[in-house]
This record gives sequence, C-alpha cells and structure tokens, in this order.
Amino acid sequence: MLGLGVDRLQADINRLLTSLFHQGVLDEQFLQLQQLQDDTSPTFVYDVINIYFDESDKLLRNLRLLLMDREFSDYKKIGLHLNQLVGSSSSIGARRVRNVCVAFRSASELSNRPGCLRGLEVVEHEYHYLKNMMHEIFQLEQQRLLAAGARYPM
Amino acid sequence: MSITCQLSNLTSKKANQSTGGVRKPLFFLILCGLTTSVVIVLLIFSPLSKKEETSSCNGEARVLFRHKNVSTSEIHALVSFFSDSDQVTSFECRKESTSGLRSNYCITCSLNMEKQSCHERQCFIPDGGVPWNLNPSGLEHSISPEACVSDNLEQSILQPKEHENHGEEPENHGEELDWDLSTYLRNTWWWLILGVLVCHKIFAFHSKAPTERKEKGSLQEPLAQKQQRGQAPSKGAGRWRKNILLLGVMAGVSVSIWWFWDTNEKIISIRRETLANMCDERARVLQDQFNVSLNHVHALSILVSTFHHGKTPSAIDQKTFGEYTERTNFERPLTSGVAYALKVTHSDREKFEKEHGWTIKKMETEDQTLVQDCVPENFDPAPIQDEYAPVIFAQETVSHIISLDMMSGEEDRENILRARASGKGVLTSPFKLLKSNHLGVVLTFAVYDTSLPPNATEEQRVEATIGYLGASYDMPSLVEKLLQQLASKQTIAVDVYDTTNASGLIKMYGSEIGDISEQHISSLDFGDPSRSHEMHCRFKHKLPIPWTAITPSALVLIITFLVGYIFNEALIRIATVEEDCQKMMELKARAEAADVAKSQFLATVSHEIRTPMNGVLGMLKMLMDTDLDAKQMDYAQTAHGSGKDLISLINEVLDQAKIESGRLELENVPFDMRFVLDDVSSLLSGKANEKDIELAVYVSSQVPDVVVGDPSRFRQIITNLVGNSIKFTQDKGHIFISVHLADEVREPHNIEDAVLKKRLALGCSESGETVSGFPAVNAWGSWRNFKTFYSTENHNSDKIKLLVTVEDTGVGIPLDAQGRIFTPFMQADSSTSRTYGGTGIGLSISKRLVELMQGEMGFVSEPGIGSTFSFTVVFGKAETNLPVTKFERFDLAIQEFKGLRALVIDSRNIRAEVTSYHLQRLGISADIVSSLSMACTCVSKLRNLAMILIDKDAWNKKDFAVLDELLNSSKESTTRPPKILLLATSATPVERSEMKSSGLIDEVVIKPLRMSVLICCLQETLVNGKKRQPNRKRRNLGHLLRDKRILVVDDNLVNRRVAEGALKKYGATVACVESGKAALAMLKPPHNFDACFMDLQMPEMDGFEATRRVRDLEREINKKIASGEASADMFSKVSSWHVPILAMTADVIQATNEECMKCGMDGYVSKPFEEETLYTAVAKFFEFG
Repeated sequence: MLGLGVDRLQADINRLLTSLFHQGVLDEQFLQLQQLQDDTSPTFVYDVINIYFDESDKLLRNLRLLLMDREFSDYKKIGLHLNQLVGSSSSIGARRVRNVCVAFRSASELSNRPGCLRGLEVVEHEYHYLKNMMHEIFQLEQQRLLAAGARYPM
Repeated sequence: MSITCQLSNLTSKKANQSTGGVRKPLFFLILCGLTTSVVIVLLIFSPLSKKEETSSCNGEARVLFRHKNVSTSEIHALVSFFSDSDQVTSFECRKESTSGLRSNYCITCSLNMEKQSCHERQCFIPDGGVPWNLNPSGLEHSISPEACVSDNLEQSILQPKEHENHGEEPENHGEELDWDLSTYLRNTWWWLILGVLVCHKIFAFHSKAPTERKEKGSLQEPLAQKQQRGQAPSKGAGRWRKNILLLGVMAGVSVSIWWFWDTNEKIISIRRETLANMCDERARVLQDQFNVSLNHVHALSILVSTFHHGKTPSAIDQKTFGEYTERTNFERPLTSGVAYALKVTHSDREKFEKEHGWTIKKMETEDQTLVQDCVPENFDPAPIQDEYAPVIFAQETVSHIISLDMMSGEEDRENILRARASGKGVLTSPFKLLKSNHLGVVLTFAVYDTSLPPNATEEQRVEATIGYLGASYDMPSLVEKLLQQLASKQTIAVDVYDTTNASGLIKMYGSEIGDISEQHISSLDFGDPSRSHEMHCRFKHKLPIPWTAITPSALVLIITFLVGYIFNEALIRIATVEEDCQKMMELKARAEAADVAKSQFLATVSHEIRTPMNGVLGMLKMLMDTDLDAKQMDYAQTAHGSGKDLISLINEVLDQAKIESGRLELENVPFDMRFVLDDVSSLLSGKANEKDIELAVYVSSQVPDVVVGDPSRFRQIITNLVGNSIKFTQDKGHIFISVHLADEVREPHNIEDAVLKKRLALGCSESGETVSGFPAVNAWGSWRNFKTFYSTENHNSDKIKLLVTVEDTGVGIPLDAQGRIFTPFMQADSSTSRTYGGTGIGLSISKRLVELMQGEMGFVSEPGIGSTFSFTVVFGKAETNLPVTKFERFDLAIQEFKGLRALVIDSRNIRAEVTSYHLQRLGISADIVSSLSMACTCVSKLRNLAMILIDKDAWNKKDFAVLDELLNSSKESTTRPPKILLLATSATPVERSEMKSSGLIDEVVIKPLRMSVLICCLQETLVNGKKRQPNRKRRNLGHLLRDKRILVVDDNLVNRRVAEGALKKYGATVACVESGKAALAMLKPPHNFDACFMDLQMPEMDGFEATRRVRDLEREINKKIASGEASADMFSKVSSWHVPILAMTADVIQATNEECMKCGMDGYVSKPFEEETLYTAVAKFFEFG
C-alpha cells in the first residue's frame, strides 16, 4: 500500500512536472537544477526554489509599490528589479515568468507605463501560478519522501 | 541640353543619327521629311517676292518706254501733218524701230542694273529732247516724271552697293540688317530643332543602354549626377526637366507665333508695297498721259497762235483744225475733244459775228459745258458782256459747240481767266459732261500773241491773249483706258479724286468695290498748280489667307509639339525606369534582408534545437550509464543514435546556412590526412561491414604527411561522400577512397604510383581491376572537367593540390538526376529519401566546402555500376620541422615495427597495394603475391618474413596447408616463424575465434585497414606479453574542478545558489559574494581562489567594472613584486597574480563576448550552466593546473 503510494506520488509529481513543461512554465534548466540535487544536498531544489520565491516576492512587492506611485518615473529601478527577476527565473527554469518579465522589461525600457502595469499583472499571474504549482509539487515530494521513508527506513 | 553641345554635335550629327536612329527610325524619318519640306517651302517663297519687284520694274520700264514712244510719235504726227499723207509709212517704219528699242530696254531693265538704266536714260534724253526743243517750257514737264521714274527704280531695286544715291545707303543697310537678322534667327531655329533631335536620339540611345550611361560625357551629366543622388534629388531633377521641357515647348510655340507674325507682316508689307508701287505706277502713267495730252494741247495752242494768228490770211480754218485734231487725236488719248475760242471784246462782237456769220451764243446752263445734245442753234445769243470767247474751231467730236461763248459758262470763264493769267494749262474741277454723262474736266490754254516775252507779267499776258484752246477730258474713260494698258488691273481698284477743296473730295473716277481698309494714295500732278488730284488705289480682293506664313509656322508648331511629346515620353519613361529601379533596389534590399534573416533564422533555430537535443543526448547517455537490461539498453541506444543523427542533420543545416551567409571560416591547422582518413574509415567501418562492403583507403606516397588546412571540414566532406556511397551501395562491392597529388594524375603517362596506374588502366579497358572485383566507373572522367585541374598557373610552392576520389559500386545516379545532384535538398529522386533517408543536403555542403578550399568537385556515375566522386582541394604545405602530430603510442609502435618484412597474398593486385600501403605506414616493407601457391614458390626466397597477410578471398585451406608446411619447415632456420594474419571484410566473433583456435592463423584483421587497428593486431600477435597502453581516461569536469576554490559573484540569490550547487557538484569549493565590491575585497591578493565566476549585470558595480578593478589591483601588485617593493612571500609566494575570471551572462551576444575580453576576463559561460560549455571554458585554466 505504502509502496504503491510512493509510486503514485512519484507519478503525480512526474505528471505535474510534465504538464508544467508542456505548458512552458518550466524548462530544462529546472531539470539541471534537479540534477544538482544529490545526497550531499538533498533539499537543494527546495531550498533554491524557496529562496527564489522569497526574493521574487520582495521584488514584486517593490515593483508594485513603484508602479502604484502616482509621480512615478524611475523606470531604471524597475529595470534593475526585473533583471534580477529574469536572472533568477532563468536560473530555476521558470520559463514563462522569465518570458513575461522580458516583455515587462522592454515595456519599462520604453517608459510605457500602461505596458508596465499590464506586464506586472501578467508577471504576478504567472508567478503565482508557478508558486502554486511548485508548492503542490513540494507537497507531493514531501509526501513521497515520507512514504519512501516509511518504506525504507534508514 | 546646352546649345554648345548641340553645335558641337552638328558636325557629327550624321554619325549620331545613324547610331541613334535605332529606336524610332520611322518617326525620325518623318520628322526629317517635315524639316526638309519646310526648308524647301521657305526657299521657294523667298525668290517669289523678288519676282514681283522685277515685274513692277518691268512695268515702270514700259511706262518709260511709252513716254518716250509718245514723245517720238508726236513729232512724226506733226511732220506727217505738214507733209503729205504718204509720209505715214516712214512714221510706221520709225515706230517699228522703236519697238525694237523697247525690247532692248526691257532686257536691260530686267537685268536690274542701275548703271545701264541710267545710261539708257541718258541715251533717251537727247533722243526725247528733240521735240522739246520746240518749246523749252514743255521740257520741264517731261523731265520731272522721268526723274521720278528713275527714283522709283532706284527704290525698288535693292542693290545698295551699286547705288549712286548715297543718301539712301543707310536705310538700305538697315533693311538688309533686318532681313539678315530674321534669316539668322530662322536658321538658328532650324539648327536648334536639329540639335534637339540629335540630342534626343543620343538621349534615347543612352536610355536604351542605361549601364553605359555613366561613362558618357557631359551630355548626360545631369542624368548621371541625378543617378548618383538619391530619390529626392531625382524627383527634383525630374521636375527641373519638366520645367525645361515646358519652357522649350513655350519657346517653340512663341517662335512659331513670332514666325507667323513676322511672315504675315512681311506679306502685308509686300502687299502694301506692291499696292503702293502699282498705285504710284498708275498715278504716274495717268499723270504722264495727262501731261502728254496737256503738252499736246499746249502745242496745239502754239500751232493755232502760229498758223491762225501769225498768218494772214489764216492758214487754219475749221476744216483744217478739225482734220488736224482728228488725226492727232491719238496723241491726246484722254481728250474727248478740243476746241479753240477766240477772245472777242464786246466792241468787236458785231464785227466778229458778221465775219463768221453767226451770233455768239450763250451756254444754256452753267453746269452744261461743251457738249450738249441739242443743236447750237437752240442756244440763246450770249448776253452782253465785256468780253466773249466764242468757239471758232472745234474737233469733229465737239463741233456742236462752235459759236458758243465759253465765257458764259461759270467754270469755263474762271478757267479762261486763270489760263490767260498764268500762261499755263488750267483745269476745271470735275463736272458731269453732258453728252457722255461722264465726269470730266476741261483744260484750257491761253493763246497769246507771238510777241509775248517769256517773262511777261500777268497784265501783259492778259493783253497778249488772243484766244483760248480748250480740251475736255473724259476722266472715267481716260482712267479706264489707262488701266487697261497696265498689268494686274484685275487685282487693283483705282479711285481718282479732285482734292482742291480739302473738305469735299470730288470723285472723278472709281468704283465702290475693293477692300477700303488698305489703300494707297498717290498724288497726281496734272500740271495745274491750283488744282490737286489724288489717286486712291486698293486691292479688289481682300488679303488671301497667308498660307506662306501659316504653313511654316504651323509646321514649326507641329514639330515643337512632336519634339515636346517625344521628350515628354522620354521623361515619363525615365521617371518610370527610375521608379522601377528604385523599386528593384528596394526589393533587392528586402530580398537580401530576407536572405540574411533566413540564414539567421536557420542558425538560430538549429542552435535552439541543438540545445535541448544536447540535453536529450546527455540524459540518454546518463540513462545508459545506469543499470539497464538489454532491451532498455537497446531502446536507449536507438534513441541516442537517432538523436545523434538529428544533431548531425541540424549541424548540416547550420553549415549550409553558414556557408550561404558566407560566415563559414576555414581553419588553418597542420594535420595528417592519413589519420583523418583512418578516422573516417573507422567511423564508417561499422556500417560498411554491416552491408558487407569493402572499404579501402589509399593515400599516395607522394602526399606529404602533414598538410595545413581544415581537418574537420575535410573529414566532413569525406564522411559525407563515403556515407553516401555506403548508403547507396547494397551488399556487394567496395568503396575506395584514394588521395593523390594532382600533379601525379595530370600526366597519365609517367605515373609511378601502382594503384593509380591500375585504376587508370581500368579506365582504358572496362575489364580492369577494382578493389572488390566488381566493376566500377572510370574515375578518370570524374575530374576531366575540372577547370583548375590542368592549369599550372597557381602552382604555388607552398600549396599542394590533392585529388581525392571516392569510388563505389552502388546503384549509381540516374542520368536525368545527375544535373541537380549538387542542389541543396535535391535528391536524385523523391523516392530516394524514402528508400535511403537523408535530406540531400550533404553533397551540396560538400561541394561548397570544396569550393571554399579552392577546389572543385565532380562525379561520374553509371546507373547499376556505381559512382565515382572526385574533388580537388588545395592545402598548405606544412613546415618541415613541424612536429608530426601523430599519437605518441603510434610512434612507439612504429619504432617497433620498423624494418620488418611482410608478404601480402591477395588475388587482387590493387587491394594488395592498399594493404601494402598500410603496412608501409608502419614501416613494414611488403611483397605482393597473387595466390597462396605462388606464395609457396617465393616464400623460401624471402628471409626474415615477419608476417604473412592473406586476404580472405585468396584463402583456401589446401593451399595454405602447403604454405604452412613450407613455413614450418623453415622454422628451424629461422628463430621466429612469420605470423599469419587473415584479412577479412567481415567476420563474426565466432568465426574469428574459430579461425584462431584452429591454430593456423594468428589473428584475423577486419577490414578496412587502418593504422590503429593494424597496430593493435600486430602488437597482439608480434609483441606477445607486452601490455597494451591503457586508454587515457576521458577528462571530465569533476576532475577539472575538484578541490578548486571558486568565487561566485552574483547579486541574485537564486543564481548564486544554482551556480554554487552546480560547481559544488563537480567537487569545487565555492564561496559566494553578492556584489562587485565584495568580490573586489575577496579577490584582493593574496587570496586563494583558483577562479571567479562573475555575473555581468549587477547593481552598483557590474561585472565589467569589477573585473577591471581586479585586474588593476593585480597589475599593481605584480609590479610591486617585480620591482621588489613587496616580497612574493607576502602574496603567498605567487609571483604573478592573475585569477581567471569568467563572465556569467544570460544572453551571449558576440559584442558582450568581446567586451568581456576587453576588460580582462578570461572567458564566459552562459547562464544557466551547461556541462559542456562549462567544461570548455574551465578546461583552459585547469587542464595543466
């Protein structure tokens, strides 16, 4: 029963990941990230993704604050934030977030405020989608680990 | 379009026309025709006006003659009057002679020679002067018209140089100048038209050959300039040209109008002049006639005074008078009659009446004069007056007025009074003559006593008056008669007026017809100073439509419009051509851009595909490393193989794109071609062996070991060709790769190379020998068509040209497909890709690559027999002292094998040669025999045989047993029997072990032969116990990075973690900092980092800046160490600091890469890390570290 659970959970995770790949939410970089995880750092992916979410939350908050300000003009700062976001997104392989961030960035380079606002919305949407999915995956992963642990107690 | 150019072109216009008249010859001809016709028309009309002048001159001459004729005939009439009537014949005779004179005069006049006419006049005056000697007073009358005539002549003949009258010269000069100017203008205009046409022709010629336009001279300069300029200036030029055209057309129109006006004006002036001439002529004739009559009447008066009053008794009675006047009436053609009235005072009236037997009668009415219908008897006797003037003699025509008192008529009385006072003839104002009901005048002369002195006073004259001679002139018939004698009376209408009373003109003659608007007035002098007369002449018909003016100007107009039209068309055409050209340029630019975009797209796409494919392949490789069962392994391998195929295909596409966009650059490194060929053969041997195809490689001994070129591209070409050959060869035959120097092949007669000789011999006879025995096509043909092959001009000492042939015994290429075999994506036929796979891009790429290597590629193929591809390449000669880049292990082996001898037993000579070539590479000298039995015969002779290589085809057990025996028999003598090696195309492991275990054979060598395989085999068999050199373990990232201390600089926490994780995985020790400044602090020597990965985009201090600072710092410290300021100990005993800094960047652009290098970075890795790129980047620094 428990063994079946592990398999099912793994299958779920794989299915979820597959769909995410399929949708283009994630790309092969995420696989690379997973490869980096080994016995020496068993929670590498989880750590990295969590750091990513923390950082990105901060960045998005900042972006929203910046853009909500009425006498706003500091597109350069937005560009910096977005660079960060693009970098970290491409590092973890969050492809869609990265792509919409790039679009957002080009809007900010043109000082196109409506474009920026729209970009921000899209980014937030994508970001939250990713976040939810990742959380789900991590939960499954945890369950799987628990199940695996139950199966093969170390 | 300058006039100067036109003028300069005029000399060569014929040539130009002939060259230029290609396009619209018909049109041009029509224009030419028009031009010439207009010229002809002009030429015809100009002498016409002159003719008129001469004709008028002729008329004048006639007048002159008539005048003379009149004067001479008058004398004769007089003479004949006094002589008898039989003397008339002499007069006639004289008349005849004058007619001869007349013709003479006409001729001289028509010659227009003023001098002669003058001379004639001088001749004439003494001639004419004879009658006037009778009365000098008459001379005045006759001379004045003569002078007038000569003046008129002078005026009408425009010969200013010969003019005697100097006063007229300037005026005539002016006229001439005027005429010259207009002629000049006209000529200029014609030249202009001609020039324009010539220009147009040239222009058309140029526009026909637009490529030559630029070379042409200043004529097309505006055009050429315009071409060089952009679109906007061209539009400006177009407008400019339009304006010029418009201006030209306007000029043409105005010239035509001016011409019309000018010609019309001339016509009108000529008409006017003609009119004036004719009018003057008529007036003069009339005047002359009148004067002649006047003179005659005068003479008659003198006659009367002489013979009537001077003689007693009177010599004249009514009968004599009547007869004489009748007979001399022709002398007075204008008079209707003459009459003589005697002056009778009242005191003498009785006596007079009694003497004549009639009473002096009074004219009935004042205005009814000489002629009356009623008989004179009806008149009343004249009332009593102081003085009477009764008519005593009268011409027959007016005999009814005899006895009428002329003083009783108002007009006549006045006339008589004036006449006797002046002593000259006087005229009445015109009044209606009763009898003829015509207007007429009466001329009255006073007859004086002969004793009157010439300078008598008025009183003396009145005193001396004894009678009055009157003559009535019938004006209309007079003028009519006159005009009838003159030419062109049809065209001209004449009015004669008496203008004595200025307020009321009295019309003496004339009709109402004619054009009143233009008339000429000539004054008439009838010798009576108190009366003045005028002659008004006008044309009967209105001015006809001046076709002579209209035609040329209309032609000019037409030509102008035609030329304008032509130019307009040309301009429009130029505009369209320019527009088209512009469009073409645009399209070309777009096409080029599209091409570039296509290439870029291809490059990008293939790159994009390659990246995930690498992932797939990597994953598959990793998968295959795990524990898989056989089935899984098979699947994984299949997937891996397919992926590799895909990658290679993508690489090919990328290559094609690169070559097309001209971005492919060839390397120039020294390499050993034989190894390259070994590589290829080993790579493809698997496939070849599967299909049981014999693969053989032969390189001529003249080909140097090391050449300089691009080995990977060369390999690509060979692989491509051989791969194709394998693909299209089915289970039989061979694939033979051979490399020769081009120089070797060029001269077929002194070929030393055995293989080549054999192959060329194959070309001569189809039954020749091939590697596998299957027939192959003649290789010779495949390079026969090479253009550069036989040329020796680029025979450079440091270049060598190689000829590579790949011969197969495949299905061949269908004849109809041979033409398109090198076209990209085009296979022999569409079924090919189904049957054999592939995209058909390989050959195209190969050809391009060969062309890049300054070579050529060609092939011959016969369906069913096979194909032979051959190509030439040019490689650089390597420097002789360059170390040969052979693998060390091979060097060792070669040392071992050097000097050994071998025997090759092969039924096919060419294959044996190939085998011996491979042996020679190892330093083994080989002998060739064709069969085992032959080997038996010669083996005894061969001492120190190290090995015997037997081809499988030549193998049979029976013969071998003999040989083996032979060998073993000689075993005693030799320490080591030769090893027996069997050469087989394919052999299953079972077969091989079977063979080996039989003890007969030491080793089975699987063909294709190649150095490494041969060495392995030989080492195994010959050098027993010697352990093989272990293969060097492939380096991987783990080894490179193990225990290295690496600093990661990135502001992004996530990136940092990922990089850290990635590097840690390869065993590196990683430290992270998050800003450039922190990195600077960490990298300040002394430090113990082996490398640094630097993010480029960081706030505050970006990667470039940080690297620059680090390098500055290092340089400073290095300098200090070098100068001894700081000991190396302080800096961890490192004498020269240079930490490798690698940029990490998300988007790798070439520019960024260059910038990285510029600011002192050692390389870059693209984020996210990939193992391969990371490896290549890092390998540079840590390989020897």
